[in-house]
Amino acid sequence: MRSDKNNQSGENNVTNDAKKSASPVCVQSLNKSFGAQKVLKGINLNVPRGETLSVLGRSGTGKSVLLKLIIGLQKPDSGSILVNDEDITKLPPKELNEVRKRVGFLFQQAALYDSLTIHENVAFPLRRHTDLSDKDRDKRVDELLASVDMDKDQQKLPAEISGGMQKRVGMARALALEPEILLFDEPTSGLDPISAAEIAGLILKLQQERHITSVVVTHDIQTARAVSNRLALMNDGQILVEGTYEEFHNSHDPFVAQFMKGC
Amino acid sequence: MLTHSILIALVFAAAYASPNAGSSGILTNTGDITVRFFEWFGNIFMFFVQLVRAAFTPPYEFREFLYQFDQLGSKSAPLVMLAGSATGVVVTLSTRDSLIRFGARSLLPSVVVFSIIKETGPIITALVVSGRAAAGIGSELGAMKVTEQIDAMEASAVNPYKYLVATRVLACVLMLPLLTLVSDFCGVVMGWVANISAEPISLRLFIHDGFKDVAFSDFLPSTLKTLVFGLVIGVVACFQGMNATGGTEGVERAATSSVVLASIFIILADVMLVHLILVFFP
Repeated sequence: MRSDKNNQSGENNVTNDAKKSASPVCVQSLNKSFGAQKVLKGINLNVPRGETLSVLGRSGTGKSVLLKLIIGLQKPDSGSILVNDEDITKLPPKELNEVRKRVGFLFQQAALYDSLTIHENVAFPLRRHTDLSDKDRDKRVDELLASVDMDKDQQKLPAEISGGMQKRVGMARALALEPEILLFDEPTSGLDPISAAEIAGLILKLQQERHITSVVVTHDIQTARAVSNRLALMNDGQILVEGTYEEFHNSHDPFVAQFMKGC
Repeated sequence: MLTHSILIALVFAAAYASPNAGSSGILTNTGDITVRFFEWFGNIFMFFVQLVRAAFTPPYEFREFLYQFDQLGSKSAPLVMLAGSATGVVVTLSTRDSLIRFGARSLLPSVVVFSIIKETGPIITALVVSGRAAAGIGSELGAMKVTEQIDAMEASAVNPYKYLVATRVLACVLMLPLLTLVSDFCGVVMGWVANISAEPISLRLFIHDGFKDVAFSDFLPSTLKTLVFGLVIGVVACFQGMNATGGTEGVERAATSSVVLASIFIILADVMLVHLILVFFP
């Protein structure tokens, strides 16, 4: 259902998309260890353009590590990570940064710069990577913060706003450079159900309005159901099952059934 | 003998620097300490290489550097002035009695000035800034590390070595000599103040007598050696901060170890630099 919507609204961009990779995020045979502990064991993932894939799994199964590998914050032991057809594991720092400019990342605790105001946080990537004038940059920050309903507290510091608000600001910051890909690390963890639903609504809105390819790491099945086209369940460093929510719901696999019930 | 002392101090420093230092006792395992020694120095060397590479590659972070320079100077200056003044008073009072005993009271201004500009000014300034700035940098970067702010910066395609580390290290390097001059000035003036309570003498005469035998080779090397102290403070504090792990405990450890290690390495660097200065400016 959601895929159909994407296809309809994506028709206008079909010419541009034709030049772009069909799978902006493609992970192949990815392995990662920390000391003797093998965290990821031969992960394969493929996220088609405009789709949202939610990676589910218990805490400590390596979901966040997978996201950090996709944006090059950590190096894999082996395997390849193709972001827009470029294997980021082989890129030198300068080229890797060019790839990163096209990828937005919302961290689990938002990771806002605590010495900067809300406005300065969102302006930070714009100041670094664009030639916008002060006036245009301020206007762009206003627009970004308005898009996440955070345009009223721009001069506050991150410590002065709630966790849900911090995630909204983090989302505005992640969108600042108009990324093609968004990575969400536990976007609703630690939030009350209403704030969690609001964040999920924002992710869905982004997907519908901007057709951004997204990878959402979560253990919250309701968030995953709300925002995703497909789900992938991780266990013991491997992708156990991949499919739609309905396929997960009807699955007879004991672990999938337990995960769905447990959530 | 000097080399052995320095080596032992370095081993202790490296053992202290390890995140696990407090958990099983520092001297329980010699092999473990040796591994930590080489591991820590290897890591800080690699960190330094990354820092140099980031610092000399455009674009340059002038704005952030000026902010850090201003912050370091404005926040450290009052402490440095206080420490410099106290040093001047102490040096004057403690030296005066000895000189009178040996019939060399007239040499007091020279002794005070030489003592302050050649050693006490630079080392006291470095240790005060180490306490003030190293703790600040270590805890700030440590907090940024454990709350993923540094990851967020890297994910935004901003090099944290360039933006956070290089600017802070450069600010420390360039600010230390300036703060040393402030400390020297306060020390000499307060040395005069301490002296006039026992022996009335004009500031002009005190300065004239104090500086009449001072050459540039006395003043310049000892002031410029604080560039190295600044480098030590900046590199050690940034390294400890950028490698902080484990929440608030990790931040506390980064702050404490930054101060302790920076102070130890400043003293060791001073020993070596004094030897070098004596070789090149006998």
